[in-house]
This record gives sequence, structure tokens and C-alpha cells, in this order.
Amino acid sequence: MFAYLVKRVFQAIAVMFVISLIAFAIQGNLGDPLRELVGQSVSEEVRQQLREELGLNDSFLQQYLRFAGNALQGDLGTSYFFKEPALDVILKKLPATLELVFGATLIIIGLSVPLGVYTAIKPNALLSKIIMGLSIVGISIPVFLTAILMIFVFSVELGWLPSFGRGDIVPVWGYWETNFLTADGWAHIILPSIALASIMLPLFVRLIRAEMMEVLQSEYVRYATAKGIRPWRIYFVHALKNTLLPVITVGGVQIGTMVAYTILTETVFQWPGMGFMFLEAVNRVDTPLIVAYLIVVGFIFVVTNTIVDLIYGLVNPTVNIARMGA
Amino acid sequence: MSLLSVRDLTVKFAMRDQTVTALNSISFDLAKGERLGIVGESGAGKSITGFSLMNLLSRPGYIDSGQILFDGQDVVQMSEKALRSVRGNRMAMIFQDPMVTLNPVLTIGQQMVETLRAHRKLSVEEARQIAIVKLREVYIPSPEERLEQYPHELSGGMRQRIIIAIALLLDPQLIIADEPTTALDVTIQADIMELMLELCQSNQVGLILITHDLGVVSQMTERTLVMYAGRIIESGSTRSIINDPQHPYTQGLINALPQQTLPGHQLRQIPGNMPTLAQVPPGCAFNPRCEFATDTCRSQIPKISQYGDVEVACHEVHRLQTEPAREEEQA
Amino acid sequence: MSDLSHAPAPSRLQKVMDSTMMYSFRRNPVAVASLAVFLVIAVLSFLAPLIAPYDPYDPASIDLMNSEYPPAWVNGALPEFVLGTDDQGRDLLSTILYGTRLSIIIGLCAVALQAFLGITIGLVAGYVGGRTDSLLMRMADIQLSFSTLMVAIIFLAVTQALFGSETFNRYAVFFLIAVIGVAEWPQYARTVRATVLAEKKKEYIDSARVLGFGPLRIMIRHILPNSLSPIFVISTVQVANAIISEASLSFLGLGMPPSQPSLGSLISAGFDYIYSGSWWITVIPGIVLVVLVLVINLLGDWVRDVLNPKLYKG
Repeated sequence: MFAYLVKRVFQAIAVMFVISLIAFAIQGNLGDPLRELVGQSVSEEVRQQLREELGLNDSFLQQYLRFAGNALQGDLGTSYFFKEPALDVILKKLPATLELVFGATLIIIGLSVPLGVYTAIKPNALLSKIIMGLSIVGISIPVFLTAILMIFVFSVELGWLPSFGRGDIVPVWGYWETNFLTADGWAHIILPSIALASIMLPLFVRLIRAEMMEVLQSEYVRYATAKGIRPWRIYFVHALKNTLLPVITVGGVQIGTMVAYTILTETVFQWPGMGFMFLEAVNRVDTPLIVAYLIVVGFIFVVTNTIVDLIYGLVNPTVNIARMGA
Repeated sequence: MSLLSVRDLTVKFAMRDQTVTALNSISFDLAKGERLGIVGESGAGKSITGFSLMNLLSRPGYIDSGQILFDGQDVVQMSEKALRSVRGNRMAMIFQDPMVTLNPVLTIGQQMVETLRAHRKLSVEEARQIAIVKLREVYIPSPEERLEQYPHELSGGMRQRIIIAIALLLDPQLIIADEPTTALDVTIQADIMELMLELCQSNQVGLILITHDLGVVSQMTERTLVMYAGRIIESGSTRSIINDPQHPYTQGLINALPQQTLPGHQLRQIPGNMPTLAQVPPGCAFNPRCEFATDTCRSQIPKISQYGDVEVACHEVHRLQTEPAREEEQA
Repeated sequence: MSDLSHAPAPSRLQKVMDSTMMYSFRRNPVAVASLAVFLVIAVLSFLAPLIAPYDPYDPASIDLMNSEYPPAWVNGALPEFVLGTDDQGRDLLSTILYGTRLSIIIGLCAVALQAFLGITIGLVAGYVGGRTDSLLMRMADIQLSFSTLMVAIIFLAVTQALFGSETFNRYAVFFLIAVIGVAEWPQYARTVRATVLAEKKKEYIDSARVLGFGPLRIMIRHILPNSLSPIFVISTVQVANAIISEASLSFLGLGMPPSQPSLGSLISAGFDYIYSGSWWITVIPGIVLVVLVLVINLLGDWVRDVLNPKLYKG
């Protein structure tokens, strides 16, 4: 177990190293820190002196080491626009994004398992066919379009739900303010969560259905029937547990995709999260913020993937974690 | 009264563009505690017979007609609930490949306990105690530890012993074993067979042993059915069938046994292959491979009828008896 | 799936095309309808320069005074603009036709690039094996764990900031094809590699080697044909995904510029007007996009059911 853990962590560090290299390369080539600091009306002499002071004339390696060293201490530079440490800017926006992802995840898990299992157990039922038909339509509608169409129907035409922002939020701890404690907060998070879930949900329904149907054909399910086990136990204990193993793996990859989709969802709903902030930073060429976002998102990806791998190893008895590390 | 009585069982498979008949009007009986072998090449319908007895055919197969009376009740007509109370309880099944039979994500203990609790009101602890007793009966060392293990941690032979223990959990009246040793190492095969024989005899359990191995049948069973292309072509006491087979196909099977061949001589195989279910020839299904085939054999399906000690489905069986077998002539 | 109805051997794609595939196609009304709709959309959009009533790229034909006219069936419409006009006064029908063409071209080219990269890498990884293989597959894993969209957004954002929007807009088509094409190669690579590993064990590969055929010839003539049906299945879905990715990127302003709109940038431009009641600028291209992607996905589903290849999972 320990060796496996070490191996996974080592791999995660390697990936973070590559990400930091990319981030550093972007920082070095994007925008001119001098102009951001002092404007253009400064003599060449002063500029040279500043360059020297900022270490911009050092070798690539020196500059990278300084960058990485600062990054490890949580210093990812100062946002040109907000005039604040970039990491702070992102951490303030992080809870909004996490709550959105959380809302969408709830919808996905809550619906995909029952729908996937049902359509696998009763593949020929009318309801199954309707669910499968809707799922392929769902996959075919881009997230941003789902969001726009929902705004059009529920906000513009019907006026039932708000179309932008987070509404009433309540501070919980540190930078974290939550949507889940006020009715207005709930009203604001419903549409964005559905939009974010809209492409993942059908994907998961189809995945669970396909895996489940394969498992239901397996010899051990037939054997369980031959032992006189009740159908619900066969479906939910024998079959579902085997179904979820591949689903966890795919799910881990999809978490990353979901972070990307938050950029789209947040843009449409003007949700004040990291994704919306990132796009603004791009438009303002706020290099430190872009770089910081890259590193934070890369970190989130690496951590979730590592955790998912570890969970997979724990859930699946046929993966011998102790041996995998060797 | 017989424990099991199968009457005119016909099983069909609904394929995309046609329906094929996998079992054609099969009838046989099994007395309490009796051990019956079902022999034939793969595709003859042995396994389908086994699954039909539990009404466990999976699509596209289905029981088209016939009766399967188990203890007087027709399995074919039973409700799902009634079937559940029979399966694993009064009638247990041992599957072919122990590597894929047990659920990989559940422990041995979970899979044994759930079987007991599906049929009897027992606490988990009581069920575990029964499971331990049964694991001892199949000579599994330190059964308490095995209960906590997952299937992949055990060898194939060990797993098949556990499956036998699961079959015995509820003291069934009948065990159906579908090629229980084909997937195992040759060295373990004999052990497992011996174990099954011992347990069936001591517990007075009926056994239907499905196999392609006549040698195994002769050790294990009292009566034998020989199947070919979805029909029973010969049945009778195992001793008669082994010592004095009547059907040319059964004769061919026995002549093909390695024990029947002198060292250094070639094995005497039956020429040709069994027809696929979609292309069964008219008349006796065996006629293209039969050296005695006549025009009658090519046009009429032989009925099974008593001949000497056995029942046999062959038009030419009378002639075969009067003529000495050809192999002996040549030898 | 029944045990008895085996999928046709993938190695003879052509044979399948002639028999089972055509048979199953004719019996599947959804597949027939999907293909028909796809062909109609594709043909109309590729004939856009001939059939479109206006040229949306020609500033001379655009009059800002014509902006935001609704479609013909809504009150206040002008008869010459069947689907209405957008915020810049362009005829929506013409703009959609041109935009659809752009979306399809980008989708197809990006998938062609993905397939080329993925197949090459997959063949090399599977055939060479050893360290090269594990390195390439590790890269594929990592690449897959970062979503395509994320990689594309960051790449395009940085590119845009680096080159400035004017240069970026001029070459946006190529940037989009490149980024969508590069980001999804692992899909193909894993599948092709799996086939290579399976085929490599078989005797005929040994005999080909003994006969003195070079690795390149063995890979292209002997191994690749066996990967064709999974490649075909993946490609259908990937075209749909690529079109969605392109639309999403353009919606974020990281793809096609408003002056040369794809379906995504058209929807994006219209989004600002949805609150003021000019829903058609967003909704109509949106419907076209969804229908286009939907029919490709439906075709993909059908192709997968018919060919039923073992796809690489996980």
C-alpha cells in the first residue's frame, strides 16, 4: 500500500513539474511585466535597472527555480488587474466553482445510477427507450447551449429562476461563502448546476447502462440466480458493485472535464467563480492570474486523479495495492 | 416416485432470422439419490438441459414445450418466486468454470451467507457457522480465514470446492454439475470428482453430471444418457452403456476412449463433426457420420425404444446386433 | 447480445459494408433518417456560396439598418430574410449555412489530425513495445486526464494573448484544428495499440516477418486493417465531439471571430440579445448545431452496434 502510494505521489509530482514548466514558459512570453509595473514612459536606463532588479536578465534555470520556489511557498505573482496576490484572487473564487461542481455532481450521481441501472435491467421498456433517446440528445447539446436555452425558457420566458450571479450567499469559513443556506442561493445555483450536469449525466447513464448490461450477462450473475438470490440483491449488490469499478475510473477523468465546463457555465451565468475569472483574465492579459489559474487547475486535476486511482485500488479487491507498488 | 421427471422437453433459440431447436422432445427420470450422467459432444444440448432443469435459460433460449416435474411440481410453470425457493435450495448447480462463477468483488463468506439467508431465516453468524461446516466437508483448510477472502485469492481447484460447498449449503435433493472439472488442471480433476461422489453418496443427494468424458461417467454415475444434436439417442444403466453400447454413436465414443486403444495405435475418432443446430440433417441426425446409415436413416427420425438393457434411437440397431462389430473383424 | 450472434469479423470492413451493414442500415429507420438529415445539412452548407441568398463575408452586402429582423413567421419580419437577421444585419440563413460549413470542416479536419497522430503513435507503441510503449501510454493517460476542452481553452487563450486578436482571428481555423486535433490523439492510440498487441501474437505476423517484410509494411498492410472498425466507430463520435468543442471554444471567444462566424460564435453573438427578445439569433443556429451533432451521434451509435468492436475502456 505504502509503495503504491509513494509511486502515485511521485507521478503526481512529475506531472506538476511539467505543468509548472508550461506555466513558467507562458509567464515568460506573455505580456511585459515592466510595462505593467511602471507604464511605458520610463527611460531605457531605468528599465534596464529594473530588469536587473526583477531578475529578468538571469538565466532560464535561475528564473525557473525562483518561480518554482515562490510557487511552492504559495506565491504565484500579483494580479495586474486586482493588484492582489494571484493565489488569493483564485482562492476567493474557488468556493463558488466548487459549490457549482458539487451541485452538478449531486445531480449526476443521484440520477445516473438509478437511470443507468433501470435501463440496463429493463432494456426494452418504453421508459428505458425514452431515457436512452433523451440521453443521446443530452450528449448532443453543448453545455453552453443548454445553459442559454435554460435561461431563455426559465428566466426570460417564464421568469421562474434568476439567470446570473450567485444571489444571497452566506459566509461560512474563510473565503468560503455558500449558496446552500438561503432560498435565493438555491434558486441561483439550480440552473447552473443542471447546465453543468447536462452533458455528464447522459454520459454516465450510458456508461453505467453499458457496463451493467455486460455484467448482467456474466457467469457469476447467472450463478447468483441459480443460488436463488433475490433480483434486487443481484442487481444492486452483485452487478452494481462490479459496474461501478470502471465507472470510477471514467469518473475520475470526467472530474477534469467538469472543471473545464465550469468555464462555459460560469461565463453564461456570470457565476463569480474561477472559470469566469480566468476568461476575464485572458481578455485583460492578466498574465500572473492566467499562470496561477493554470497551476491551481493542474493541481486540482492531479490531486483528484491520484485520489481516484487510490479509491479504485481500495474498492477493487482484485487490485492488490501492495503488489502494484513493487 | 422419481425425484425428477422430464417429459417431452423442447427448448428453442430465437435467432435473428430463424428459430432453432436446441432440445427436441427430451424425456428422462431420476430417482431420489440417483446419479445420472449426460454425455455428448459440445453442442449436443447437455448444458442446455442442465440450465432448463432450473428454468435458467437466458435469452434467446426458451422452453417451448414439455414438463419438468421436480418433486411433483412443474418447474416450467413455476412463478419466479417459487423458482427462487427451488434454486440453490432444493436444486443446486455447479457451474463449469470456477474462475468466473464466483463474484469477484464479494468475499467467499458473503457469497455463502447470502445463499443461506436467501432460503432460511438465519442470522449472519449462524449462516457463517453453517458455511464453515460445509467448507470443512469439502476439505478446505482453515475455513474461517477463507470466508474473508476474495475469489481471486484462491486457486481454481479451491474455488470449485467452495462452489461444491455452496451447492451443499442447504442440503439439496439434486445437484446439477455442468462439466465441473473441465476448466481445472488434470491432476485436480480426479480429486474433485471423488469428492463429489463421496458427498452425494453420504448425503443421499441426486446428481446430474454433465460431461463429455465417458470415463468420468463410468466412475460416477449409475445411469447414463447419451445426447446428440438435441436428442437423447441412448439411455440406460451406465454399466450397460459402457460395456455394451447399442447406438453407433455411443460405440464410436467408447472406441475413441484412450483406454480402448493399444499403446502406439491411433485413437479411433468418429469421422466428421456434429451438425450445428441450424443445419441438422433430415432423418437420424447422426446419419452423415454413420457407417451403417441406410435410406431410412436419411429420411426418418428414429424413435427411442427399449432394446436389450437400454433404450436406443436407431433404425439399424437390430441389424447391428446380428452382425459382429466391424472393428473386431478388421482387427 | 446473444452468445450466438457474433459480430462480423472486423478485418474485412469492405465485406461488412456489402452485406450485414447495408442490411442492418436499411432496417434501421433512425440510422436512415440520421444519414439523410446529415447529408442534407452537409450538402446545403457546402453549397453555401451557390445557394445562400447573401454573402455574410462581404461587408458590402451587410447593412446595419437590417439588424435584428425576426424570422419570416414572426410579426415584423422582412420577407427577404427567411430566418431573420443577426445583430450586424446579416441574413441569418446565409450566415448559418456558411457557419455550418465552417463547423463541419473544422470537425472533420480535427478528427483527421487526431486519427493520424493517434494511429501513428498507437502503431509505434504497440509494435516497438518496451520502454517506448510505456512512455507513450503514460503520456496518453496524462493527456486524457486533462480534459480536451481545458487544454484547448488554455492553449487558445495563451495563443490569443500572445499573437493579439487580429493575427489570431486570421488563423483561427488552423489553431482550432490543431488544438482539437492534438488534444484527442490518445483515444485512437490506445485502441490501435490494443489491436497491435492482439495481432502481434498471431502467427501470420511472424510469417510476414519471416518472409522479410519490413515493420512499416507489416503494420500498414497487416495490422492496421484489423483496427479499422474500432477506428471507424471512434471517428464518428469524435467528429460530433470536435464540432461541440469548436462551438464551445468559439462561444468563449477563443475560436472563430464574429466576422467569420461558425455556429458557436453565432450563438455567442446572439446570446447578448436573448434578453431583448431577439431569441432567433441564438436559438436557430443552436438548433442547427444540436441537430447536426445529434444525427452524427445517432449514426455513431448505430455504427457501434453493427460493428461492435472491442473498444479500449477506462
